[in-house]
Amino acid sequence: MSGNLLELSGIHVSYGRAEVLHGISLSMKPGSIVTVIGANGAGKSTLLNAIMGIVPSSGSIVYDGGPVPRSVEGRVAAGLCLVPEKRELFATMSVEDNVELGGFLRSASERTETREQVYARFPRLAERRKQLAGTLSGGERQMLALARALMSRPRLLLLDEPSLGLAPRIVMDILNIVSELRTTGVSILLVEQNARAALEIADEGYLVELGEVRLSGPASELAVNPALMESYLGTHS
Amino acid sequence: MIATFLIQDGVTNGAIYALLGLALVLLFSVTRVIFIPQGEFVAYGALTLALLDGGKVPATISLLVCFGAIAFLFDLWSMRRGADARAFLRSVALNLVLPGAIYGITVMLAPLGLPSVAKALLTILIITPMGAYVYRIAYRPLADASVLVLLIASVGVHLAMMGLGLVFFGAEGLRANPLADDNFNIGSLMVSAQSLCIYGATIAIIIGLYLFFERTLLGKALRATAVNRLGARLVGVRTHLTGVTAFTLAAAIGAVSGVLIGPITTIYYDTGFLIGLKGFVAAIIGGLASFPITAIAAIGVGLVESFSSFFASSYKEVIVFGLIIPVLIWLSLSHGFHEEE
Repeated sequence: MSGNLLELSGIHVSYGRAEVLHGISLSMKPGSIVTVIGANGAGKSTLLNAIMGIVPSSGSIVYDGGPVPRSVEGRVAAGLCLVPEKRELFATMSVEDNVELGGFLRSASERTETREQVYARFPRLAERRKQLAGTLSGGERQMLALARALMSRPRLLLLDEPSLGLAPRIVMDILNIVSELRTTGVSILLVEQNARAALEIADEGYLVELGEVRLSGPASELAVNPALMESYLGTHS
Repeated sequence: MIATFLIQDGVTNGAIYALLGLALVLLFSVTRVIFIPQGEFVAYGALTLALLDGGKVPATISLLVCFGAIAFLFDLWSMRRGADARAFLRSVALNLVLPGAIYGITVMLAPLGLPSVAKALLTILIITPMGAYVYRIAYRPLADASVLVLLIASVGVHLAMMGLGLVFFGAEGLRANPLADDNFNIGSLMVSAQSLCIYGATIAIIIGLYLFFERTLLGKALRATAVNRLGARLVGVRTHLTGVTAFTLAAAIGAVSGVLIGPITTIYYDTGFLIGLKGFVAAIIGGLASFPITAIAAIGVGLVESFSSFFASSYKEVIVFGLIIPVLIWLSLSHGFHEEE
């Protein structure tokens, strides 16, 4: 095996009798950004949920050279962290509490240290520490979701549509932050409908259609792939 | 004059109902369990205290050891496919060593004629771990079940615990000695030290719960679980951890309620159910979500009960439980518009 951080082979996921992922294989190197693009309902979110252990899957998930822990909590402890499409913040709790809970599995000293870094990265959140998470704007919520995720000191961040429902300028802010995170050694698996923006910051890309990988390769090559350009890059979503 | 007595009586009972209601809200918001057997913890607590008062070794400790042993078997079963040594040792400590130690302590201390505060503390020590075992045995295997399935399980647990109460305590009612025997006169009003204990303990528990939920990370994790279960799992909060914590807290609150109510009324093995239902009325008025509304509503329930038992005693329970109906109508009207959540 190569020194991959994450190695998926033959991942199948079914909801009841309907199979939505038909054997997805994917690998990513440490410190890289890999993007999974595809239309609505292609199974991208399901793939992230399977990696995180929220939905049961068959096939093999090798993380950091060994089998991934069984429980969601075990995976968080091992350095996996999912920022889901719906953010899943604690809406009736303060920004501060949301951030704090992100570091639930870390020691008090690690939490203190990471908290400083997180607030330095998101000064907007530092200003709004006492505000309830549910009263934040869409962009701020996404920042809070990222901040909460970073508090768990992830090695592999799974981002599900971080740009969904945000104004174009904020989308660029968020994606800039995502590509900056790489410099801190975090690897990122990014699911996006906004294929053009995603391929811009990614190293590798996978195109998923109807639960299968259709195309994969370096992001710079996918960005100029004629078939992909026609269906996903021709129009801005 | 009569009114002041009725008010005092109502507030005293209301404080007990408040403790029950708070425990029910806590359990429901964190684990989605509508915990009918909360009243059983109260009855166990009151009966244990009464037996300790008589210098007897309460049967509750045998029950505790049985619960622990069953919980241990459940743990073993879930570890049948590979287990690490740490989880095994933790299970041995929690399910076998802890109840064994409590058994030993109780057998040693019970005949000594302890001061009443020590007996109260010993009672709480005996009852509290039962919450964790009840969770382990009845609810943990159902962690992902629907609210309805959990409710059905609660009915089962209630019947089982009531039956065990009959086996271990017998059918006779018992009354404990008051924690303190004095009476105070405030104007024309006579206040017993026991009711002051009740107010004090209720206020202390409310403040304690507030500090736990606002100041500690574990408390915040419980709140987070109540607000967003998926979000809580994603930051690594184990459903089992919050479940065990919530049930242990609820059992402790139940034990305290039992210790407080034991000296003011005769408790039978099945008295807990009716007391629990009144706490439930308060919890419903609080929408099974709001701690402050539940506490205030519980005082209201106590007042309605004491006034209706004076003016229309045969309709007392009807009036108290009738309180639920307008609340349910109001709740269903005000929640009818965003049902898809």
